[in-house]
Amino acid sequence: MMATVAALLVWGAGWWLNVRLATGPHSDRPVVRALIPAIFGITVILVWELLVWAFEINPVILPAPSSIAERILVEGPRLWADFQQTIIKGAMTGYVFGGLAAFGVAILADRSDFLTRGILPVGSFMAALPIVGTAPIFVKWLGSDWESKAAVVAVMVFFPILVNTVAGLKDTSAMQRDLMRTYGAGYWPTLLKLRLPAAMPFIFNGLKIATTLALIGSIVAEFFGSPTVGMGFRISTSFGQLALDMVWAEIVIAALAGSGFYGAITLIEKRVTFWHPSQR
Amino acid sequence: MKSVLPILTVIAAILLFWVVCVVPMNIHLVADQAQRDELIVTPQTPSARQDVSGVGLALRNTHLIPLTYNFVRPNLPSPHQVAGEMYNTIFGQKITSKRSLVYHGWVTLAPTLLGFLIGTSLGIFLAVGIVYSRVMDLSVMPWAIVSQTIPILALAPMVIVVLGSMGIQGLFPKSLISAYLSFFPVVVGMVKGLRSPDAMQLDLLRTYNASKSQGFWTLRLPASAPYLFASLKIGISASLVGTIVAELPTGARAGFGARMLVGDQYGQPLVSWAALFAAAITAAALVGIFSLIERITLKRMGMAAT
Amino acid sequence: MSQKPIITARDLDLTFTTNDGPVHALKDVNLDINKGDFVSFIGPSGCGKTTFLRCIAGLETPTSGDISVNGMTPDQARQARAYGYVFQAAGLYPWRTIGGNIKLPLEIMGFDKAEQAERVKRVMDLVDLTGFDRKFPWQLSGGMQQRASIARALAFDADILLMDEPFGALDEIVRDHLNEQLLKLWARTEKTIAFVTHSIPEAVYLSTKIVVMSPRPGRISDVIESTLPRDRPLDIRDSAEFIEIAHRVRDGLRAGHADDL
Repeated sequence: MMATVAALLVWGAGWWLNVRLATGPHSDRPVVRALIPAIFGITVILVWELLVWAFEINPVILPAPSSIAERILVEGPRLWADFQQTIIKGAMTGYVFGGLAAFGVAILADRSDFLTRGILPVGSFMAALPIVGTAPIFVKWLGSDWESKAAVVAVMVFFPILVNTVAGLKDTSAMQRDLMRTYGAGYWPTLLKLRLPAAMPFIFNGLKIATTLALIGSIVAEFFGSPTVGMGFRISTSFGQLALDMVWAEIVIAALAGSGFYGAITLIEKRVTFWHPSQR
Repeated sequence: MKSVLPILTVIAAILLFWVVCVVPMNIHLVADQAQRDELIVTPQTPSARQDVSGVGLALRNTHLIPLTYNFVRPNLPSPHQVAGEMYNTIFGQKITSKRSLVYHGWVTLAPTLLGFLIGTSLGIFLAVGIVYSRVMDLSVMPWAIVSQTIPILALAPMVIVVLGSMGIQGLFPKSLISAYLSFFPVVVGMVKGLRSPDAMQLDLLRTYNASKSQGFWTLRLPASAPYLFASLKIGISASLVGTIVAELPTGARAGFGARMLVGDQYGQPLVSWAALFAAAITAAALVGIFSLIERITLKRMGMAAT
Repeated sequence: MSQKPIITARDLDLTFTTNDGPVHALKDVNLDINKGDFVSFIGPSGCGKTTFLRCIAGLETPTSGDISVNGMTPDQARQARAYGYVFQAAGLYPWRTIGGNIKLPLEIMGFDKAEQAERVKRVMDLVDLTGFDRKFPWQLSGGMQQRASIARALAFDADILLMDEPFGALDEIVRDHLNEQLLKLWARTEKTIAFVTHSIPEAVYLSTKIVVMSPRPGRISDVIESTLPRDRPLDIRDSAEFIEIAHRVRDGLRAGHADDL
């Protein structure tokens, strides 16, 4: 009873605080803009904690944030090992290989308008497919260690990056290309000095989409077979043991990894595409 | 339609690559079987063959190459095998049979569509809220963007089991996952779309002293159409993937995901491959339908997409 | 002024095939442009003036007829970097500074670093943009961006300058100023300039020769040799001689598309 009332109060307080900040005179300052969603997030976590107490929710169904935090602290080394297996070896390797391959194919296809017109629709089609379903096939071909996960990730990130890069290379205006022709510039100078820099906003769009796909691919692929380490592995086995707080702990790590990875790419994007209207 | 020939060429190239890869991928298994059937295989022993590459083995045993295209448990089935299996399980079975891909397709599709509908409607509501309420904009929108970077998909099977243990099974839990996966792309896309009219357009409405509601229905909503369609297409394919993943290692017995797993576990790769392709075709059909609706709608609105 | 033609067009014809049927953009164009000339092309939309400029630049290929630039075909002239081209929009790369933008052709054409720096400084002084080399295009006004675009076209010392309505998007005050600067530049560098414009006063003010064109099909309706002195202050635009030439241009334009009205 008390806990429920407390939860309502916390929610109300958080909301009121945010209303004051959002409609107040300082609402445009970066500090305030970061504070508001943070307050929202903290409020949600507090309410969650209080409601789990209030309704005595079975920890198997929904553990309290405090127990999740505790689990993270206790299982640090194991979480780190899982992180290395899934994120560093599986997701990042696949991301790099898939991205480089997509980039290479995009440049090759760029020399032929015919190929570009074929690749864009086929690539967009492939990007919408449930590629994660190929995970068992890759495990059969490459074994259950991180290589098969990297392969799934590579295929998953290949198509969005390819499609975005090809679209970006197409995007330069006729006038810009004519200017290059008046300089007698051949294919490579035009590519390196004009079309690649102009394509960067598109390329980064693809790279950002690919970060989430890489994580999902690596974790879900581990459901199909993994050595005794890895986030997907840990999630499914902890789940089988009804250790839900461990499951959630892995999810928190995955969430941090996901937003960290995405944030890193966004930072690089800001530096490379500083000139684009959306960044100014 | 001048893109038809390039598209066909790219598809033909992919098919060709596939057909060529069948041989080295399957030749080791075929060689083992051939030895058991007392055909001549070079080299003679499995251990000697282990050191030979797929290509090398194929070149030394060209009489075995046709067998790689019809092998019962291939590492890489040939296109015609997959097509055959799909034909059998789509047209050759009664729709209600547990072996029919149509049945499994419906088991996967129903919660996908339901969840997509729920997720999209809620998403549009939240987007309107974000655009018209500064508090919601500043507190919720950052989380909406961040949530897209979190691989929640990994939780999908868990949600199914948890709800199952509470007695909630069947359509609802899977719809929940689909709804979640389509929710955020729709929110983000719709917010961008509702905010897309430029300052000049908005000023014009102010000179008419238009109310917020009038501004919404006459300007913001129509202007958001292209963005909405883009998000719908992302949302529907995400929903489908979500439902499939939710069917995975939780002992589900029906649906595309379940079939992919069953094929893998019972040593019937063709079942897995057929399910995978059927899922792919379903995804393509769904995105295709939305693209068609998009083209018709935008054309009638004079906003024909390039 | 020498009478040596460096750009000659003979019986030039160009028909575009479009989705709506063939468009006869240029018909029987015969023209000589001499070294050191400032030639303006004026006419309504669709009269072929931009198309003709692009033919000189080797950016379009005529369906029949001849065109030669510096004794070569336009394509050869383009490979030999015989001209600088200024488009209607400044077209500067937003990811490069002004200095970096002006360096672009120099990098492509293989000038060494020291020469690049020297040339960039020289042409920026010529167009009065000294000190702006580290700014980005979006930090400059429209007029300044267009000046940077002109500087870019001057950087590699081509003898010929092809300009396609470069001042069309600017307001009249800036335009007057840039017209004056362009004339001074022309006098100092002795280049041959082909200039496309919509504006009658601009054409008469700037040129030694005015080519009046009319549409459908695109053709030359009049070539006017200007009698104005080479040295022209802005207020020459109020003189009787100027007004007379402007009248002639206007008549040529009216005759050219009387069938349109």
